Amino acid sequence: MKRRNLMMSVAAGAMLAVSMGAASAQDVIRMGAAAPKTGPLAGGADVTHWPAVRLWVHQVNEAGGLQLADGPAMIELIEYDDQTNPQQTIQAAQRMATQDQVDFMVAPYSTGLNLAAAPIFSQLGYPQITGSNVTNQQPELSAQFPGMFFVLGRTGVMAEDTAQVLVDLRDAGEIGDRVALVNVADAFGIEMAEISRDVLEENGFEIVYQTSYPLGTQDIAPIIDAARAAEPDAFIAWSYPADTFALTDQAIVQNFEPSVFFTAVATAFPSFQERFGDQAEGVMGMGGVNPDDPAFQEFAEAHMELTGQLPDYWASASTYATLEILGQAIEATGSKDREVVMAYLQDSSNEYETVLGPIQFNEMNDNERYWTVGQWQDGVFRGVAARGRDGASDVILKDGWD
Amino acid sequence: MFFILITGLLLGGTYALIAMGLNLQYGVARIMNLANGEMLVAGGFAAFWVYTAGQVSPIAALLVVAPVAFVVNWAIYRIMLRPLVKRAKSRGALEVDSILATFGLSFALVGIMTWFFGGGYFNYSYLTGRVDIFASSYAQNRVVAFTIASLLAAALWIWLSYTRAGLRMRAVAVSSDSARLVGIDVPAVSALAFGLGGAVTASGGALISMFFTLDASVGVLFTMKALIIVIMGGVGDIRGTIVAAMILGIAETFVARVIDPGLTLAAAYVLFLGVLLFRPQGLFGRTPT
Repeated sequence: MKRRNLMMSVAAGAMLAVSMGAASAQDVIRMGAAAPKTGPLAGGADVTHWPAVRLWVHQVNEAGGLQLADGPAMIELIEYDDQTNPQQTIQAAQRMATQDQVDFMVAPYSTGLNLAAAPIFSQLGYPQITGSNVTNQQPELSAQFPGMFFVLGRTGVMAEDTAQVLVDLRDAGEIGDRVALVNVADAFGIEMAEISRDVLEENGFEIVYQTSYPLGTQDIAPIIDAARAAEPDAFIAWSYPADTFALTDQAIVQNFEPSVFFTAVATAFPSFQERFGDQAEGVMGMGGVNPDDPAFQEFAEAHMELTGQLPDYWASASTYATLEILGQAIEATGSKDREVVMAYLQDSSNEYETVLGPIQFNEMNDNERYWTVGQWQDGVFRGVAARGRDGASDVILKDGWD
Repeated sequence: MFFILITGLLLGGTYALIAMGLNLQYGVARIMNLANGEMLVAGGFAAFWVYTAGQVSPIAALLVVAPVAFVVNWAIYRIMLRPLVKRAKSRGALEVDSILATFGLSFALVGIMTWFFGGGYFNYSYLTGRVDIFASSYAQNRVVAFTIASLLAAALWIWLSYTRAGLRMRAVAVSSDSARLVGIDVPAVSALAFGLGGAVTASGGALISMFFTLDASVGVLFTMKALIIVIMGGVGDIRGTIVAAMILGIAETFVARVIDPGLTLAAAYVLFLGVLLFRPQGLFGRTPT
């Protein structure tokens, strides 16, 4: 009696397993993503990276998956926290490749982690389409790592365009020659400060105050006080999220009212607007988008619906675009074979349709069309300067904080 | 000149809020609590949550944050740290054990906070009006935080110096073996001190959240600062923490304004090294016999 019952249940179990196996004969593309969920850059990744990645996977799967030559394939996303530690990013990449055996990997978040992971991506043969990476080393990097692609832009260009905004304002007679320049003391801040200072001085500006401050500085009051004492027409800060908020906060408290107020990273975050409300009007920052573009508006709506938060006005769209590019490359080749997709990506005659508009990589795997400077106008962070993108708004002067 | 002094004092007040709790925990309960920064951030998160959800002022939120933090820290001591204390053969062994244990605790707390609140940045606008003192403007919230820090420090000092319970705590800080001999319940006092230290830290976190941008991972920066201040001021004496915090705040502000903001960290550590070289027990610490 008992043995028969046992045999029956085993048989039933086997049939269930077989039927389930038969139902999931559909192809699956495994995608790995290692990015900060803890550590100093967790805040930025939480706004810019993770929601955009999850949104893309969700939307592709809702539409039935990516169309391969032999049928549709759903995306399975495997996430890892790299703790903002480059060593962990590299180890996660190795784990994803060898243990999880992912077909493709989402590029890491931020310049530093992308640069650290470039060798391992190249060694393992995975395309690395970067959407939150801003560096000047494109030529050297693409020569060394032919599988690395750049969407967000180059340091030198961002710094030049920011300085150029000031030059245009000065030539139109709207501001004077005096500039205060501060930067966070890490590779990003130092590089940006050097390049922008050179452009400004070449164009006849006077740097009346310049300083750098350590990453994680909590008391920013002395810097704003010194900048204010120098009476500049423009204030440029190559800052990271925490300092961006702190600098703006102190400028309001101390009544520091230059005609141009620029803080670099996180100015484009929706939380900047939430924090400062009407006082954010006229503040400039890195990046920007064309918010009137229906593609971006659809993206923002879908982003809000799925993740409960708005995308930022710079690298969220760029991160999403990198996945659109990958998806289009996979569908165009009909294959999830990395080498085939890589060859397609490296063919610089291919163009991709993304939320940022059309994107095409040049011979150095660089996208040459991106937004460089944005400004808060009427509650929206609009792009005011760009290379190769339409829809730039006019720059307005900052009219005090009240 | 006044700007440097006042800004420095305001910063010093902030630092005192960060460090007073750790002084209680290390000085009395002998636990080098490396999860101190995370407790601070947790207090900040609680204030943020209460403010954005219910528009309750962070200062009013202290009435809830402090007792809850007390209970949580007391429980952590009784459940997790008491076994370490019981089996430690010497004070040095306890310090090593407690460093390792609280180091792990800090990771656990970061994970819990990330799970609860996500990895994003948190800040809010509260009392951002200006206070004009001697021709310079300061944020109201910083002045309020400084005032409350002073009141808290004064209250703690009075309690420690003039009440029986405070006397018991100071006795345990001086020598827990001798305190046991005179009939003081050392485990109970240590647990009380640890809980009280945690409550002070979490309250500090609630106050500084008014003007700092926090996220789940930022606690370690505060732990490092608190450690410098506690050791510089001398372990076990609350006055040392406050004086060291003020000195550090003024020195850092002076260096940032007059020399170079890039040298604030260097200045802090030079000061720290100087105190250690010439007075290793800290400014108010007891000379080891």
